[in-house]
Amino acid sequence: MNSEDSIKPSRRDVMVVGAASSALLVNACQSATPTTYAEEGPPVVNETTSTVTLEVNGTPHRLTIDNRVTLLDALREHLRLTGTKKGCDHGQCGACTVIVNGRRINSCLSLAVMHAGDEIKTVEGFGTPDAPGPMQAAFIREDAYQCGYCTPGQICAAIGVLEEIRAGVPSHVTPSLTGPVEASPEEIRERMSGNICRCGAYSNILSAIQSVSGAV
Amino acid sequence: MQSFSYLLARTPQEAAALAAATPGAKFIAGGTNLLDLMKLEIETPSVLIDINGLDLDTITSTPEGGLRIGALVLNTDLAANPTVRSDYAVLSRALLAGASGQLRNMATTAGNLLQRTRCPYFYDTNMACNKRSAGSGCSAQDGVSRQLAVVGASPACIATHPSDMAVAMQLLDAEIHTVLQDGSERVIPIEDFYTDPAANPGIETVLQPGELITAVHLPAPLGGRHYYQKVRDRASYAFALVSVALVLDGKGGGRVALGGVAHKPWRSREADALLPSGAGAVMSRLLAGAQPTHENEFKILLAERTLAGLLSASAE
Ligand SMILES: Cc1cc2nc3c(=O)[nH]c(=O)nc-3n(C[C@H](O)[C@H](O)[C@H](O)COP(=O)(O)OP(=O)(O)OC[C@H]3O[C@@H](n4cnc5c(N)ncnc54)[C@H](O)[C@@H]3O)c2cc1C
Ligand code: SF4
Ligand code: FES
Ligand code: FES
Repeated sequence: MNSEDSIKPSRRDVMVVGAASSALLVNACQSATPTTYAEEGPPVVNETTSTVTLEVNGTPHRLTIDNRVTLLDALREHLRLTGTKKGCDHGQCGACTVIVNGRRINSCLSLAVMHAGDEIKTVEGFGTPDAPGPMQAAFIREDAYQCGYCTPGQICAAIGVLEEIRAGVPSHVTPSLTGPVEASPEEIRERMSGNICRCGAYSNILSAIQSVSGAV
Repeated sequence: MQSFSYLLARTPQEAAALAAATPGAKFIAGGTNLLDLMKLEIETPSVLIDINGLDLDTITSTPEGGLRIGALVLNTDLAANPTVRSDYAVLSRALLAGASGQLRNMATTAGNLLQRTRCPYFYDTNMACNKRSAGSGCSAQDGVSRQLAVVGASPACIATHPSDMAVAMQLLDAEIHTVLQDGSERVIPIEDFYTDPAANPGIETVLQPGELITAVHLPAPLGGRHYYQKVRDRASYAFALVSVALVLDGKGGGRVALGGVAHKPWRSREADALLPSGAGAVMSRLLAGAQPTHENEFKILLAERTLAGLLSASAE
């Protein structure tokens, strides 16, 4: 709870900076129709910051940020949503998994400025400690973590996995590409392979996901 | 990461013209390869042109009975497309064998074709690498080369192309459609797309500066039975040591392409013609002239046995 309080001022700081600065690319990042190109000749392209509105867990946040900021760093360092974790920062571990427009992605390999207009959901958006969502509750019930560092990424990935199975997206282990797709243990293991758990909580992670998939 | 300006492209022609006119510009699609390399300062674009707003994310049928796959179609969506699953199964299988679910949700068709090698020395900026820095040398020749090429390489570079998708595309005779800076378009058969590693292995494709891939076309379905077998150090989420894409026509004939052995998907029509004679005959033709290193000579037998395994499974 203390940490909740301490993050508020910095969130306001970010908003102030956002309001004060007007970058060349504001329009480009605000709307689907960019307006960054000069009518003739090469455009002026020397701005290294952009203003973007990120909609995270249903709340819009207007940020003026360096173009280099990844979605992961925007969430953690600018919006102080530190549930999402940084493991490798290179797409190899899955700790940074979030849901964008209904699909799971690695937020470390995506630029924040590329997410104007997207619907972003992080582990904080799926429940709270007092009222955990179904997947969060299953991880607690099945003891699906040890240190917990990989857990937010595992939870977001698992939510994405069940959605992909529901939508009929096949995987490497799906027996027939034209047959049905089921939430078998083999399917869940293969689909969760992008999330590494250093503590090796894999078998309980599988139980947690299976218990939710059974309920769906 | 070095700083860069960021632009959203409005039309393919505009994107190509702008990229050609702006030194240091690069397109960004999913970003899963480019951003990784930018963090390591192996890629240092001064301008990023975001092409995700271009209307290139659909799969449609062509008048010839084939398929037009937009450059921005996500790897997940291409693998899950009903027509691809039923008529181009080798492509679905190859895509699903690559990367992770999260990455396939970001990775695009064109970005996948243009992903760069996973040679460990290309990634280590302290080491000599002709691909990263022309003329600096090749650390892999006497170094860790287990993952690297056994055929088609040059003394300057023995890197492999890491894409699984491209192996299936090569088997299917895909054609790459592009737009150039002057707005003209061209069609490049995938077998002519990747260039041989010569003195400057940093040049990897025939694309010109600013040239934008708009789509990949597949000819009408081949029919037959489709297989993609990837052999790797763990069961999932790892690059191929060797992969075999195979289509069998049911009469003893078919096509074979290999991944993980060269700087591009490796296939020859002469080797295809030897399929009725079995895996040994195909591989001695396909891998003729191979010059493996001490560390990766195992790939030659591995490729033959992987194909033999598929052929015997298909006979059951
Ligand atoms: C941990 C990890 C594991 C992986 N495992 C595998 C694997 O097993 N098998 C496999 O095949 N791949 C694997 N990949 C690679 C992944 O498939 C590629 O990173 C991805 O396909 C690249 O697509 P993208 O859209 O993200 O490309 P980007 O990173 O956006 O772009 C890549 C390159 O293509 C250029 N480009 C993009 N679109 C166009 C266009 N339309 N016209 C011209 N140029 C363009 C960009 O300028 C850039 O140079 C893995 C990646 C990671 C990080
Ligand atoms: S094999 Fe190619 S990519 Fe690897 S170190 Fe040599 S030149 Fe660089
Ligand atoms: S931090 Fe993004 S995958 Fe590891
Ligand atoms: S619980 Fe510790 S890394 Fe997974």
